[in-house]
Amino acid sequence: MESNAALHKQEFKAGHQLGLDHKKLGMWLFLSSEVMFFGGLISAFLHFKINTPSPAESALLDVALIGVNTFILLTSSFTVVLGLAAIQRGNSRALAGYLGLTILLGAVFLTGQVYEFKMLYQEGMTLQSSVYGSSFYTLTGFHGLHVLIGVVWAVFVLVNALRGRYAENEHGGVEIFGLYWHFVDIVWIVLFTIIYLV
Amino acid sequence: MSVNTAAMTEKVDWRKYFTWNTDHKVIGIQYLVTTFFFFIVGGALAMLVRTELGQPGTDLLDGVEYNRFLTNHGSVMIFLWIIPVLAGFGNYLIPLMIGARDMAFPNLNALSFWLIPPAGVLMIASFFVGSAESGWTAYVPLSVTAPLGQTLWAVSVIILGVSSLLGAINFVTTTLTMRAEGMGFWDLPLFVWGMLATALMILVATPMLTAGLILIALDRVAGTLFFDVAAGGDPVFWQNIFWFYSHPAVYIMILPGMGIISEIFPVFSRKPIFGYKAIAISSMAISVLGLTVWAHHMFTSGMNPALRIPYMITSMIIAVPTGIKIFSWLGTIWDGKLRFTTPMLFALGFISMFLIGGITGIFLASIPVDLHVHDTYFVVAHLHFVLFGGSVSAVYAGLYYWFPKITGRKYDERLGKVHFWMNFIGTNLSYLPMFLAGLLGMPRRVVDYAPEFTGVNQLATVGAYLLGLSTLPFLYNAIVSWARGPRAESNPWRALTLEWTTSSPPPEHNFDERPVMKIWPYSYGEVEVESEATGPVASAGD
Repeated sequence: MESNAALHKQEFKAGHQLGLDHKKLGMWLFLSSEVMFFGGLISAFLHFKINTPSPAESALLDVALIGVNTFILLTSSFTVVLGLAAIQRGNSRALAGYLGLTILLGAVFLTGQVYEFKMLYQEGMTLQSSVYGSSFYTLTGFHGLHVLIGVVWAVFVLVNALRGRYAENEHGGVEIFGLYWHFVDIVWIVLFTIIYLV
Repeated sequence: MSVNTAAMTEKVDWRKYFTWNTDHKVIGIQYLVTTFFFFIVGGALAMLVRTELGQPGTDLLDGVEYNRFLTNHGSVMIFLWIIPVLAGFGNYLIPLMIGARDMAFPNLNALSFWLIPPAGVLMIASFFVGSAESGWTAYVPLSVTAPLGQTLWAVSVIILGVSSLLGAINFVTTTLTMRAEGMGFWDLPLFVWGMLATALMILVATPMLTAGLILIALDRVAGTLFFDVAAGGDPVFWQNIFWFYSHPAVYIMILPGMGIISEIFPVFSRKPIFGYKAIAISSMAISVLGLTVWAHHMFTSGMNPALRIPYMITSMIIAVPTGIKIFSWLGTIWDGKLRFTTPMLFALGFISMFLIGGITGIFLASIPVDLHVHDTYFVVAHLHFVLFGGSVSAVYAGLYYWFPKITGRKYDERLGKVHFWMNFIGTNLSYLPMFLAGLLGMPRRVVDYAPEFTGVNQLATVGAYLLGLSTLPFLYNAIVSWARGPRAESNPWRALTLEWTTSSPPPEHNFDERPVMKIWPYSYGEVEVESEATGPVASAGD
C-alpha cells in the first residue's frame, strides 16, 4: 500500500485543472497577508510622518547610502531569478552559485541597515526620540527582520541545492523561496520611496 | 457496511489527541474540545461579572478586578472560543465535504492548533501578573498604562492571529485545489463557501491587528511613542487599526455559522436550499463590504464628521446580503417537511436571535442613534445577540448535527431539546433587558450602576445563570453519548453532502474510494437518499 504522504500528493487534481500549484498558492496567500501587515506599519509611518513631522530627524537620513543598499537588494532579486533559470536548465551548480550570491547581497544589505541605524542613533534619532523615530525604526526594522528570515531561508535552499535536491522539473522549493524574496524586495521599493524619497 | 463495522470495532486511542497529529479530523476534535474548555472559562468569568451586577454597589469585585474579569471574558470568548471553534469545524469538515484525504498542508494545520494552548495559557497567566484590564478592544492609553499582564495579553492575541492566518491559508488552498472529481465551485457545500469567505477575510484583516498589537507592545516594552499624546502619538490611530480588524472579525465569527445553518435547513426541511448562489455570493459580498465599515465604531471618537456618512451607508448596505441569506433560509423551510431535531431547533433559534442582533446593528450604524446609545448597554445587548444568539447557536447546531459523524454515536435528543430551551430562554432573558438598560442610559463596562437599573440587571443576571446551567445538559449529553451512546449509521440525517457518504466516524483516510461528485448536495426531494435507518432506500422527499 502506498504511503499516506504519497497518496496526499495525488490529491491536487482540482488545483491542476485551475492551473494552481498548492504550495505556490499557499505562498501567495501568505504574502497577501504580509501585504496587509506591512500596510498597517506603513499607514502608521505615513500617518505620523504627515501629521507629526520631525524635519530635523528626517534630514538625518542618508539617501545615498540607502540608495546603494536598495540597489544591492534589487540585485539580489536578480540573482534569484538567474538561479531559478539555471535549475530550469538542470544546472544545479549554477543555482548554488547564484544562491550564495543572494545570501551575500542580503547580508550586505542588512549590514548597511545596521550601520545606518548606528549612525542615526549617534545623531540622536532613536526609537524613543519622537513618534517619527518610533515609526521609522519599527517599519524598517520589521522589513530588516524579513530580509534576515529570507537570508536564513536561502541558506536552507542552498544546502538543498548542494545536496542535489532540485532538478530541471523539480524546483518548487526554489520558486517558493523566490516568491518570498521578491516580495521582500518589492516592499523595500515602497519603503525606500515613502521614507527616503518623498 | 463492512467498512462501518470495521470502524466500529476499532478502538479509539484517545492519546492521539494530545500529540502532534496531522490528521485533520484529529485536529478538528482538538480544536473543538480545547475551545469548548475556553468557552467554559469565558462563561465562568461572565457569571462573576453578572453576579457583581446583580445589585448596585461594588460587593463582589472592586473596579479594577471588574475590569480585569470583563477584559478576559471578552478576549477569551472571542479569540479563544468563537474564532477557533469555527476553525475547528472547518478543519474537521472541509476535507470531508469536498471529498479530500486531508488538508493541503497537514503539518501547518497541526501547527495552527498547537499555537492555541500556549496562547490560552499566556492569556490566563496574565491574570496572575497584573491582568489585562482595558477591555477586549485594548483602547489606548488604557492598554499602554495597564500592568504587565497586558503585554502577555498582546502576545497571546498575536499568536492566536498567526494561528488563524495559517488556518486560513490552509482552508483556501484546500478548497481551491483538493475538490473531488466533478465538484465545481457551484457544487461546494455552503459551509465551505462560508469558510472560504471567512478565510479570505482573515487574510486581509488579521495582519492589521497583528501590526497594531506590535505597536502597543512596543510602546509598552520599548518605550516607543505611537500612542503617547504628549509626544504627538495618536490614540485614534489604534482605534482605526483595531476596528479595521475587529469589525471584519464579527463576520469572521458569523459567516461560518451561517454556513452551518445553511447545511441544516435543507436537510431537516427535505427541500433544496432556496437561493444557493445568492447565499454563496452574499457570503463573498459580506467579506468584501465588511472591510469598508470599520469607522462606524468611532462616530463618537472625534472623527471627521463628513466621514461618518459614507461609513453609515456602507454599514447599512451590509444588511442587504445578510437579508438575502435570511430570506433564503425562510424560503428553504417554507412549505417544507420540517423535523424539529435539536440541530434544527438551534438553527431556528439562530435566525430569530441573529435577526434581533442584526437589526439593532442597523440602529447602531445610524449616526444619530449611535451618538445616543454609544457605550451603553444597548451595544452590549446587540453584540451578544449577534455572537451568542447567532454564532454560539450556530456552533451548538453544528455540534449536534455532526455529532454522529464525528463520534460515531448518537446523542440524546431529549437532553438536546432541554439544552436548546434553556439556552434560548437564557439568551433572551440575559440580553433583551440590556437593550432597555442601554436606552435608559446605563453605560457599559462600569462596575456600579444607579439603583433604577436594578430590575433589568437582575433579569440579565438570572438569564446568565440559566445560560451557565444550560451547558450542563450539553456536557453530560456529549460525554455520555460519546462514551456509550447508540451507534450512529453513516448517514443518520439522510443528507447529501459528501461527509455523510463515509462511515461514522470516518476512517483515517476519509474515503475508501476517492469520491466523485454526482449529486448536487441540495437535491432534496429530487433524488433518492440511501439510509440504513429507514431501509435500503428511502425517498429524500419523505
